[in-house]
Amino acid sequence: MKVAIFIPCLTEHMYPETGLSMVKVLRHAGIEIEYVHGQTCCGQPAFNAGYRDEIIPIAERFIRLFRGKDYVIAPSGSCTAMVRVFYRELDIDAALRDDLDDLCGRIFEFCEFMVDVAKVDSLGGRFPHKATYHDSCHLSRELGVVAQPRKLISSIADIDFVEMKDSDACCGFGGMFSAKFGQLSTEMVARKCENIVESGAEYVIGADAGCLMNIGGYLRKNHLSPQTMHIADLLAKSLDL
Amino acid sequence: MDKTPKKIKKYVRQALADMPVRTAVANAAETSVASRDKIAGGIPYWELVRRKVRSIKKDVLEHLDEYLIEFESNCQANGIKVHWARDGASAREIVGKIARDCGASMVVKSKSLTTEEVGLNAYLAENGIEPVETDLGECIVQLLGQIPSHLVAPALHLSRQDIGRVFQDKLGVEYTEDPAELTEIARVHLRQKFLSARMGISGANFGIAREGCICVVENECNARLTVSLPKVHVAVMGVEKLIPDMAALPYFLKLLPASATGQKSSSYVNIIGGPGREGAGEGPQEVHVVLLDNGRSRILGDGQLRETLMCIRCGACLNSCPVYRQIGGHAYGWVYMGPIGSALIPQYLGEKEGRYAPSLSSLCGACREICPLEINIPRHLLKLRNKVVRAKQSGFFERIAMKLWAFAAARPLVYRFVTWFPGKFQMLLPGKRAFPAPGYMGRRAIGRFDSKGFAKRFRRMERKND
Repeated sequence: MKVAIFIPCLTEHMYPETGLSMVKVLRHAGIEIEYVHGQTCCGQPAFNAGYRDEIIPIAERFIRLFRGKDYVIAPSGSCTAMVRVFYRELDIDAALRDDLDDLCGRIFEFCEFMVDVAKVDSLGGRFPHKATYHDSCHLSRELGVVAQPRKLISSIADIDFVEMKDSDACCGFGGMFSAKFGQLSTEMVARKCENIVESGAEYVIGADAGCLMNIGGYLRKNHLSPQTMHIADLLAKSLDL
Repeated sequence: MDKTPKKIKKYVRQALADMPVRTAVANAAETSVASRDKIAGGIPYWELVRRKVRSIKKDVLEHLDEYLIEFESNCQANGIKVHWARDGASAREIVGKIARDCGASMVVKSKSLTTEEVGLNAYLAENGIEPVETDLGECIVQLLGQIPSHLVAPALHLSRQDIGRVFQDKLGVEYTEDPAELTEIARVHLRQKFLSARMGISGANFGIAREGCICVVENECNARLTVSLPKVHVAVMGVEKLIPDMAALPYFLKLLPASATGQKSSSYVNIIGGPGREGAGEGPQEVHVVLLDNGRSRILGDGQLRETLMCIRCGACLNSCPVYRQIGGHAYGWVYMGPIGSALIPQYLGEKEGRYAPSLSSLCGACREICPLEINIPRHLLKLRNKVVRAKQSGFFERIAMKLWAFAAARPLVYRFVTWFPGKFQMLLPGKRAFPAPGYMGRRAIGRFDSKGFAKRFRRMERKND
């Protein structure tokens, strides 16, 4: 099985380790990976801010770039949802419509791909720590990926997995929202972090760099002990990759 | 009403500074969702009812013109006078004229968001007619000179202590915070009004086309008194509130109270089928229905945004919204608040006045999940943000920044250069500082740009593996 990986902006520029972890874990599961050069961004920041016409070239480029790939895998529910759900809202070139439909059936978020497509339920790693999981909104509500990451986490040996209260409540990031309504967004992440701390977990696992940056930034600045970790990093770490 | 959604940013700041209100709102919202979940979870065919109601509403909106005509003629056959109001001003005038014609100097009102939408109370007061709100929550916010902070529970942002003080100040009674005593005070205060009012004004939850009736659901019996005691009853109803027939009603009556207040059924379901007449029980001498458009037909013209007209005003999206839970309803600056309010504000008030409303959301989708009609609110907010941009109402710097960024993101070389810069710039900053992000930082740290980025690190890893 061969997959093309899509590395979203935050992973590319702020958390490249997560991208590398994803590569390592996929390879560990016997999956061949390909990095398509010239990839940039899916266009979500501008789309969410209302700039639709502006991102049409970005979307068209994305569709062409990943045309003909068996699978496209991204370590982010939000960027996957952008392509699979929201590209359809754009007035893209009619000649690319079929390619888009095709792409929508082949682009997967990392956890979703591992469990639903690659049928990997357990990788055999070990991580002797208490961890909880934060449901990213686009991943859980737009893509319906809720059970898959939990399956992957629970399969790790010696991990003490606990659910926090309201694990599916928004962390308040929301891309530009976090800057436009900075104070409000901070209050939302404060609420999230209360629940994380209350769960007693040492690690809060997530599947989207945006949420993890937001949650981690609040935890760090307020000297709260739980640490954020992307699920790809968790799996890589549990396998000593 | 002196509040405007243009000042949303200011209202949000004010709301965040008001701890007592925030606590009251968050607690009430969380409790509501918990009881809603309990009821919805206990109905095995909940999802089926949801689908049914959605398909009914979809059909109504697609054939609204026909249903309206049917509704009008069947109402008239029942002796109900039907008035058409193109906008808020004409609705106000129609109601004002009916009040003058029946010589009312005071009118009792049961809770109606539609009359709030057209600013009816202020208009009546200016014309020497005193409007008296009779829903307990609505009565409290009226005494305070506020507008409701929630679609269903207008005084949700107030504590019992707040209410005790309002009654003490405005009604001249002794302070108490005992809910039963507070209710009794309101009952005594309002009963006199009910008995002396010549006219009652209500909203309508549903207009039933085939039978020519309207339906008003409530829990306090104030609506029943409003529509039956005074000799004239006027119902103000948005045109989207129609349902085809009585057979459709039970489905709505299942979803609405469960979603709104976590009740299996509302305490009172009033079906008004015309004035009182010989052999058909008591009732007012005149019943009027004012059908309000006020922009609804324009919304209907948009194949996507039309879905926002399906809203039955249950308020569940407010309760589930993490943004609403922080700021309450007043921060939205208008009568419709929360997620559905964010979508309605720019549609009713225009992209200029309502430009900030669609942005007041993290697009988390909790609203869509809980909405009994499954209205895809985040999708509509996204489209409305686009309409704000198209109407050139987004900020100047944002526009420039987004256009430049989009230009770069479509060109890998430019993109690489633009994104290479912050990583390098950051290295010039003292210590382990991150690239500054005003608005974002404050009580939280922002991530640092990586000096190399994934592509470079990946290539390096590949070389090592070879």
